[in-house]
Formats: sequence, C-alpha cells, structure tokens
Amino acid sequence: MTRRPFAPKVVAANDLLDGDAVWLTEEDTWTRDMGEAELIEDEAVADDRLLFALGQANFVVGPYLVDAKATPKGPAPTHFREAFRMRGPSNYPHGKQAGE
Amino acid sequence: MYHYNDFDEAFVRERVAQFRGQVERRIDGSLTEDEFKPLRLMNGLYLQLHAYMLRVAIPYGTLNSRQMRQLAMIADRWDKGYGHFTTRQNIQFNWPKLGEVPDILEALADVEMHAIQTSGNTIRNVTADHFAGAAADEIADPRPVAELIRQWSTDHPEFQFLPRKFKIAVTGSPNDRAVTRAHDIGLRMVRNDAGEPGFEVIVGGGLGRTPMIGQVIRDFVAQQDLLPYLEAIVSVYNLLGRRDNKYKARIKITVAENGIDEIRARVEAQFEQSKAEWGGFDQELLARIEHSFAPPVFKRAGLEKFNANLAANGAFRAWCDTNLSEHRDPEHAIVTVSIKAHGATPGDASSTQMRVLADLAERLGYDELRISHEQNVILPHVHKSDLPEIYATLRDHGLATANVGLISDIIACPGMDYCALATARSIPVAQEIATRFDELKLEHEIGPLKIKISGCINACGHHHVGHIGILGLDRAGVENYQITLGGDGTETATIGERTGPGFPADEIVPAVERLVGAYLEHRKSEEETFLQTYRRLGMDPFKAALYPEKAQSRAA
Repeated sequence: MTRRPFAPKVVAANDLLDGDAVWLTEEDTWTRDMGEAELIEDEAVADDRLLFALGQANFVVGPYLVDAKATPKGPAPTHFREAFRMRGPSNYPHGKQAGE
Repeated sequence: MYHYNDFDEAFVRERVAQFRGQVERRIDGSLTEDEFKPLRLMNGLYLQLHAYMLRVAIPYGTLNSRQMRQLAMIADRWDKGYGHFTTRQNIQFNWPKLGEVPDILEALADVEMHAIQTSGNTIRNVTADHFAGAAADEIADPRPVAELIRQWSTDHPEFQFLPRKFKIAVTGSPNDRAVTRAHDIGLRMVRNDAGEPGFEVIVGGGLGRTPMIGQVIRDFVAQQDLLPYLEAIVSVYNLLGRRDNKYKARIKITVAENGIDEIRARVEAQFEQSKAEWGGFDQELLARIEHSFAPPVFKRAGLEKFNANLAANGAFRAWCDTNLSEHRDPEHAIVTVSIKAHGATPGDASSTQMRVLADLAERLGYDELRISHEQNVILPHVHKSDLPEIYATLRDHGLATANVGLISDIIACPGMDYCALATARSIPVAQEIATRFDELKLEHEIGPLKIKISGCINACGHHHVGHIGILGLDRAGVENYQITLGGDGTETATIGERTGPGFPADEIVPAVERLVGAYLEHRKSEEETFLQTYRRLGMDPFKAALYPEKAQSRAA
C-alpha cells in the first residue's frame, strides 16, 4: 500500500479577542495574512507546529491544520472554505477584504 | 406584552455579571477555551469563520419598539450596522468583539432581552406563530403559554445538559405557521369536546441530517397539565436519549428507535408520578402572564381612505395583495414587511431599517413587532386607514418589496459566508434566484412558492420543508447544490424528496428556472400552485426538466 504524499499545511485559528482568521508564522507569531504564514511540508513538523499552536490559548481559539499550496505570494488555500476565511463574506465588503 | 418582574430582572442581570467575569478570566488566561466554550455558548456566543457571533433570543418572535431600537443601537455601536433575523425568531450579530459582549448583554438586559439558552444542549428559544394574537383564524394567543414555557425552561436545573438541543414551538391556529411538526415538541392549541382549552402535543419532529415529521404523543393535554406533561417528556428524553453519538442524540431518534408507544408509556408514567408535585403555582403564573398579553383596544377609523388608495395606487394594491394577512378585527390587517428585497441578504435589516420599523410600530402599530421564522418582520396590528402611510414609509427605506410568499421570499441560513459548520454558501444563491426572477418579471405569475436554502445538512434554512429545497454541500472541494421538491412546513407537513444529482454553483439558478418552467407548463390553471402541481404529477416532469440529457438518453 502506498501512502498518499503529505499535502503541505498551514496552522489556522481564530484570534481570541475579535475572532478574525489568523495563521501561524515561522516566528511563532500569528498573522492575519495567510501569505505570511509558515508553509509546512513535513507531517512530523506539522504535528509539532499544531501542538505549539494548541498551547497559544491566550492568543487564539481552535487551531487546526489545513491544506495550502506554495505561491509567489506565500501560502494560499486549496479549498474554498479557507479562501472565504481569507477574504470575508460574499454579501458585504466586510472582514479582511475591507482591509479590517 | 410581557414585562420582566423583579425575579426576571435580577436573574438576567446576574447572568450578565457572571459572564462579564468569565470573559475577563478567559482573556487574562485563567480559563482555557475548553472551560470557557460551554460558558459562552450558554450565553449565545459562537465563534464563526471571521468573527464571534452573538445570537439573541426574541422569545416567540415578539418585540416592542424600544427593544427594536436597542437592537439597532447595538448594531451601530458594537457591530457593523445591521442584524440578521433567523429562522428561529432570533437575531444574530455577526461581528461582536469578545471583550465587548458583556456590554452588549447589559444593553439587552436594559430592554428585557437576553441571549440565554440560544445555544447549547438546552431548551432553546420557544418559537410561536408570528401572527399570534392577531390572526383571524386563531383559536387562542399562544404567547402566554410560550412565555410560561420560557420561564419554566430558563435555567431549569434538570435540563441544562440534555443529550442535545431541544426546540419547542407553539401555535394557536389550525393553520400552522410555526412549523410545529418539525420541532422536538410541537404544541397546537385545541379545545376538547367539552370546549376546554388544551394542547395537541407532537413529539419527535426535526430537520437536520435525519429529517422527521413529529408524531402526536397525546391528542389532548389540559392547559393545567401542560408544564408537568412537558417536563415528563423532557425527563424521559434526558434519560433515554443517546449521548454516545451526537447524530443520534435528538429526541426524533429516541422516538424513532424506541417507538412512539414506548415513549408515550414512559411519559405517561412519569407524568402520573410527578404532576401532583406541581400544586398549581404555574397556573397562577400563567394567569398573570395572560393579563400582560391582553389585546390592544383596536381603534375605529373607517375604511374609506384605505379603499380610495387601493383604487388609485397600483403599486400599493400589489403590495397589499402579497404582504397583508387577515386580522381578527375586520378594520385591521397584519402587515408582513419583507426583509427580502431582490438581491439583498434574506433576513438582514440595517439599523436604519430597524428604527423605521420601530417608529412605525410605535406610531401606527400598537407598539408591537414580530419576527417570523421566514425571516421577515411583522406589524401584527395595523388599522387599514394607516396602511398607505406605512407603505410609503417602508418604500422610502427599501422595505416595501411586494413578494411575501413568492419565489424571492427565500429562507436562507448564513451558510459559508459566516457559519463555521457550513459546507457551502447559501446567501449568494438566494440573492441570485431573487434577482433572476425579478428580471424575468415572473414571480407574481408563478404565485405562492417557497424556496428554502441551507448551507449544510443541519438544515437551519429548513430546506426539507421548502416547496423547492436547496442544500449546499462540499463535493470534492467544490460547492454543490442538491434539490428537494414537495416539502411543506404547514399543518400538512411533508419532507421534500431529492431529485437526483446536485448542481454546481453556476448551474443552480438555471436549474431552478427549469423547475419553474416545468411548473408553468404543467399547471392545470393559474390557481394551481407549484406544490399542488407537484402533488398531482409527482417528480417525473420536474426531473425531466432538471436533467434534460438523461431524459433524452432514455428516449433514444
């Protein structure tokens, strides 16, 4: 049986105070721009980074690993859910798309 | 309207103070998220895709102008200037900040409102017919009983950790506008052969992943036995309901797995055992509550002005045709204000619109407003001579859309534009369908047609009981929409049937257009509604319209 290759990941979460979508950076900080997040190419590292994120309860809520791909502008979503989190709702120009 | 007594006031204030402390301890790190989450959910605070969301209860959908103005104030001060009215007669604020939520709850308490038990595995906000106390077809106003149930269920010590959430709906009318058959418990006010008031009790209905129509557990429960009987049902469920599997934890599954007869026997036994403990205090309370729901003194002003306007103004006449319902007083009407302008988000009202509605209610509507489960706002008592002024004011604020009950009066859950549970978006689909049929100028010709859209299997958008139901799913990383047909949320409640494979986002509006085309082609007359045509002909002509390639290949 061949294992499926590991799909690159980022650690996503929501900010504790305002609930905004955030991602974990290589510097152990949280960014509101997914392009600045750490793209994790290795499964063991991903598990380790998620563990770190779970210990960040004073800053974020509900961290999870989610698929991402490398682009010239940094990590980008591969699924529409994460793309919506990056942009904001489609019925009003609110959230990140408004530069908030 | 009911007004808080000292007990209610003290209880709600105490809960605000408790939650303020809990939020402070979460922010300073004394509480973990695991510890905090059940506490915030008990106060209606969710975490969604982009922000926190606060769900505020509007008990049995009833509001006065002061409360509506306070919701507008909250929207402006702590949110983004709007609120979202939901299918459970609640209002949701989509952008509150954690540290400010206690202030919002304090502002709600100032106008006798709260967010308690709008989440969690408790008895949720009790819903009722949005025409309660006004409808011509009503036997009795269901709101006093709904308020009694609110008081009984709020902070009920035995029912704070049920196997799963629990929803109760009440109607006082034989025409069921409260979808009682799709609730954990549905109550229909009836009279027995001796003319005494009581309730038909329906149990085990629900939508979601396993949609079921509720079954009658008792065809008559006398009014004085209602709370003991409800308590017996919820106690039996609390013990018997499954806690091993979230998806099998609702009472509908308990009823389905054990059978209605077994549940009935257990409930009767429990009821016999505990009813003597009640001692009648609840009936004293109910009498006091009933007093506060006494109908207003309806004014007399004649109908000449109304009739003259009706004859002179076509747009006003069209609005009256769709947005008015028969009031129990012949000089009055029930006004449904559509919160479904073509292309707008179903159920979203701006703070300005909320204030306009509050002003109209205060000035011309006996200070009463209702929120319907269909995400519209109701002015339940309006003298017909005041309708022209109401219409003109609504029109000035984008609130005079004449589409109630028509194809663009769509129920839609927030979907993946906001909701963390959603598998696809709902709002853009609703916007596109409404915009498209407005362009076609067909909706009045199509007539009564209910489209209901959910962005996941949990069915907050009631898609199973839509004449056309749309369910948004994630199919291999792409939004995909399944269609059901023939659903009905009224007294003839029916779960819709799936048509077949779903449609991608850019094909769902054309698919709905083909369905409507098939209806227009096959209906016997203009009087035969979509639902009637579907019931007469069944799925075949609609399937053929939806999947033309398949129909062709079968013919070949």
